[in-house]
Amino acid sequence: MGKADSVFEVIGPIMIGPSSSHTAAAVRIGQISLAVMGEPVVEAIIQLHGSYALTGKGHGTDKAIIAGLLGYDAADERIKKSLAIAKEQGMKVKFQNVDLGEDYHPNTLRLLIAGTSGTHFEITAVSVGGGNISIIEINGLPIYLSGEYHTLITIHNDRPGIVAKASSLIAQSKVNISTMHVSRQRRGGLAAMAVEMDQPLPPSVISELEDQAQIVRIIPPIY
Amino acid sequence: MYYDSMKQLIRLAGRQKKCIGDIVLAVEAEQEDESPSTIRGQMVISWEVMKLALERGITEDIRSVSGLSGGDAKLLFSREPKFLSSEVSNAVARALGVAEVNASMGRIVACPTAGSCGIVPAALLLAKEKLELDEAAIIKALFTAAGIGIVCSLNASISGAEGGCQAECGVAAAMAAGALTELAGGSPTMVGHAVALTLSNMLGLVCDPVAGLVEVPCVLRNGGALMQALLGADLALTGIKSRIPVDEVIGAMREVGEALPESLRETSLGGLANTPTGVRLRRKLA
Ligand code: SF4
Repeated sequence: MGKADSVFEVIGPIMIGPSSSHTAAAVRIGQISLAVMGEPVVEAIIQLHGSYALTGKGHGTDKAIIAGLLGYDAADERIKKSLAIAKEQGMKVKFQNVDLGEDYHPNTLRLLIAGTSGTHFEITAVSVGGGNISIIEINGLPIYLSGEYHTLITIHNDRPGIVAKASSLIAQSKVNISTMHVSRQRRGGLAAMAVEMDQPLPPSVISELEDQAQIVRIIPPIY
Repeated sequence: MYYDSMKQLIRLAGRQKKCIGDIVLAVEAEQEDESPSTIRGQMVISWEVMKLALERGITEDIRSVSGLSGGDAKLLFSREPKFLSSEVSNAVARALGVAEVNASMGRIVACPTAGSCGIVPAALLLAKEKLELDEAAIIKALFTAAGIGIVCSLNASISGAEGGCQAECGVAAAMAAGALTELAGGSPTMVGHAVALTLSNMLGLVCDPVAGLVEVPCVLRNGGALMQALLGADLALTGIKSRIPVDEVIGAMREVGEALPESLRETSLGGLANTPTGVRLRRKLA
């Protein structure tokens, strides 16, 4: 866990118990996955690895992650009833205990989700302690985002130009970059970019990037 | 303004003739580039959530998902204690109650963590009633507590997985002791001693949650840690001093945490989690 140097990291977050790493973090992973999906989720397969597989149920990880996918935040009292609510709303939910191998952190979750328009995503996330999380893969592409910042995500074909274009759009918007992560399957293959920023990007950036990437998302900070 | 030790915090308070809570608030406002009243407003919201959890814990019938915890706080609150004063016993019940609310997927404020969320709220509510304080005093005391938590986090840890339960319930007790000392009119130096004395009593406490759940012994420890906080505050207010300076005690907490085997740092492989009953419960709940 990182060092807490602000008051509300020590007294906070306001959350639904019982565990910041298993419950609050799982809600945030669900929330961010919903934002990446960009439309309501109708089907979710949740794969639990490591300690999530061992103790997820008692910590309410199952309810927490579905609550996040429903768009609830970590302080929402509906978390406790999220599985029933999901059922009511017709969201298909399945949980699987998996072993992703030793390369993965003991608190790893993988979500296979489908949206109303049939879009699919596979999102892998880690709870790193104290309710903080990292999204480490989207559709098998390594990526890094914490969800604590305004984040621009793209999935695009690896060719020159898009990273430069995104950087210049961000610079033009007078937005400060906090972290930037780019990865690709292979040269010329599919690539992913995540840029964490201190300020929000104007939504017009999306349309400017959309013709160069399959997927463009701007996600607000999620606490 | 800046602090990363209790010594600096105490010195800043002394120099500006302010209490530690004021300094912590001022530094936070500066750091976050927000007005102090905005920051204070956020803390008011946290205190409201704490009060609701304090109330729920002793009035509702609470059961956790696993069934391992719930009901003890209400029971304790309804009985006359044999040895403790009623006030202290009620405060312990409230600390247990908040922790039970947490275990039952209720809403709480992590303080510093979810597992140790009952200690500071129960201590502050006791102080509010006993010393007849207004809400503003409690909000300020929460900043005092937060400053202590920040120093512990920067110099040791506030995570059971890193430093054992001394880092969660221990730090919560230290936060509560310092806040109580300031609320009762103690000087910044006395706050430092309250923190040092309390943490000294919590040193070495392991993190051994049964079946990996934040219930046994977590709920109980909120009660024990609260009592240590009351003791530490009373000792410091009497003028008793910690023979080891407070920042050195926090350093010792880090060292002890690092020396703890992994089995006693939230892995549920040792301690109460590894007793025959603990192992049986884990199998049953898996
Ligand atoms: S035993 Fe471990 S999980 Fe429980 S309160 Fe203590 S540090 Fe937290």
